[in-house]
Order: sequence, then C-alpha cells, then structure tokens
Amino acid sequence: MEIISPGAVHASAPATRINWGPYLAGAGIGVLSWIVFVVVNTPIGITTAISQVSGGVASLFVGADVVAATTYWAKHAFVLDYETLFLAGTLLGGLGSALAAGTWRLETVPQVWAERFGPSPARRYVAAFIGGIIAMYGARLANGCTSGNGISGGLQLALSGWVFLAVMFTTGTITAFIIFRPKMP
Amino acid sequence: MFPITGTTSLVLAVVFGFAFGWLLHRGRVADYNAIVRQFLYKDFTVLKVMLTAIVVGGIGVFLLVQMGYAKFHIKPADLLAITLGAGLFGIGMALYGFCPGTAVAAIGAGSVHALVGASGMIVGGILYALTFDWVSHAILPVWAMGKVQLPQVLGVGALAIFVALGLSVLMFFWVLERRSARSG
Repeated sequence: MEIISPGAVHASAPATRINWGPYLAGAGIGVLSWIVFVVVNTPIGITTAISQVSGGVASLFVGADVVAATTYWAKHAFVLDYETLFLAGTLLGGLGSALAAGTWRLETVPQVWAERFGPSPARRYVAAFIGGIIAMYGARLANGCTSGNGISGGLQLALSGWVFLAVMFTTGTITAFIIFRPKMP
Repeated sequence: MFPITGTTSLVLAVVFGFAFGWLLHRGRVADYNAIVRQFLYKDFTVLKVMLTAIVVGGIGVFLLVQMGYAKFHIKPADLLAITLGAGLFGIGMALYGFCPGTAVAAIGAGSVHALVGASGMIVGGILYALTFDWVSHAILPVWAMGKVQLPQVLGVGALAIFVALGLSVLMFFWVLERRSARSG
C-alpha cells in the first residue's frame, strides 16, 4: 500500500487551489444566524453567559447572597438558561468537531507563541490569563464580544457592532505587532 | 410556532451552541495561531470567516425581518463604553490569542492555555460586576446614541449597504486568493 504523507498531498495540490474551509464555516455561521433569529429569537452571543459563570464562581467565595445583591449579577444570575446552555453547546461543538476530525489533543504552547517565546507553558499561561482578564472586561464594557457585537451586531448593521469591530481590530493589531516585534540582537 | 420558548428552547440552545462551536473549529478560528497571525496580517482565515458570516447572515436576517419572520436585536451604541471596551478587548485578544467564543471551542478541542485564559475571563467578569455601578453612571451614558443601525446613521438603505459591503468583501477575498495562489 502506498503511504502518502499529509505534506506530499499538500505539495501535489495545484497552487491555485482555494481552501474553502473558512468561507464555508463563515457561511455556516451566517445560516445559523438566520435560524436562531427565527427559531429562538436570540442572536448568537457568548460573553453574557461567561459573566453568569463569573457570578457562579464568585458565589463560591463570597456566598450567593452577596452575588445576588450585586446589581450586575442580579440581572445575569448563574442559572441554566438559553445563554449558559448555548455556551456549553459551543464547548461540546469544539470537542465534537475535534474528535470527529481526529485532531483532539492537549495543546499547552501553540506554535506561533513557541517560535517567539520558547516552549515554557508557564509563560504562555500567564499571558493567556492576563489577556483573558482584559478581553473579558472589555467585552463586558462594550456589551458584547466578537460573537455578540462583531458578528451578530455587524450582520444587523448595528452601529455598536461596526464601531466594536473597527476599534478591536486596531488595538489587536497594534498589540500583536508589539508582542511579536523582532527580537533585539 | 416561532419563536420557541421554554424547555424546548433550552435543548435547542445546546444544539445551536454545538453547531457554532463545530463551525468555529472547522473554520480553523478556534486556533491561537490563526488568530494571532491574522493580527500580524500573515493569515486571513479570521477575516474570511467573520466577513462571510456577516454578509451571508446579514442579507438573510434582513430579508427575514422584512418578511416578518424575525426581529432585530440591536445593542445600544453607547459609544464611549464600546470604544473603551473594544480597545481593551483587542489588547486582551491579541495577548490571549482567542476571543471568548473561539476560546470556548478551543477548550473543547483540548487547548490547555485557552482554559487558563478562560479562568482569566472569569476574573474579568467578576471585576466588571464589581465596577458595574460606577461604569453604569460614569461611562455608559457618555455618547449614548441609542439602538441605531448604519442605514439611519448614513442615510442609505440597508440593501444598498449590503450590496456595497458584499461587493467589497468579494473583491477583498479575490485579492487574497490571487495573492496566495501567486505565493504558492
């Protein structure tokens, strides 16, 4: 039996071949938006559910009474509602897709990070943790993330969505260019 | 018949969430490398996915609203909060290498550093809840324009905007694919 490595397949593919994966996935998210707008009357969104989980985690430390008395969590309690179950579904979707594709694996340090900052997981974890804090605070302040503001807001031509996209892309680019600037000799 | 509420909608939440996570993973955006390389303009997967979703989703949702099958859900344009929030969000996203949705899909696909970053997101959510009273009177009301859409702001019809947006996006993709075909 002839053994073909993935690299060999890639090399034999014509140079003009378009990878339709991102376009198909994007169109799929667009069609999913049609469905959720009609069927459940709720646009795709993620961060509201994460702030609900935050309330759940906070109640472990300060007690449910304190959390329930907080203005924000009083409006967004940690319960199994549409938002939190959609979040759980998204996690399962990533799991299911990776298992079905046979690509599920524990990733501690991604390639692009390792090329610049080396193989230390601790370093990557610290950056991811701090980045997560900043991204989530920003997403709450902006009342939505790339899903709720960017895609769902963008596709409804909401001013909020397009301002969000323009600003986040600008600061994201500046930050990435600073983080990944060439090393000093 | 629609919209569906109650227990059935909770089952559908998992189904629709599953589809979203699946699509993010299949589109290769539940991947730190793709997201960071997008911000470095070395890989345009993220923009391909997002812009296709916006154009395809936008035209469909617009028509469904016109036909009376769907309603818009516009977030208020509290422009100071959105500008500051999106500014922080971009910084955090470049450092984390994920946005919240792609992070959750990546955790499902086995990413440990996405999980560590998600614990940071929970801390961020707690910090926001703790500062919300201040934010809600000091930041949210500044430059609050209400629930406005681009047709109102620009004085141009939604269909015209979608045609212009759709053509610009197609041209952008065409340039990208030609460039990548040339570079082999």
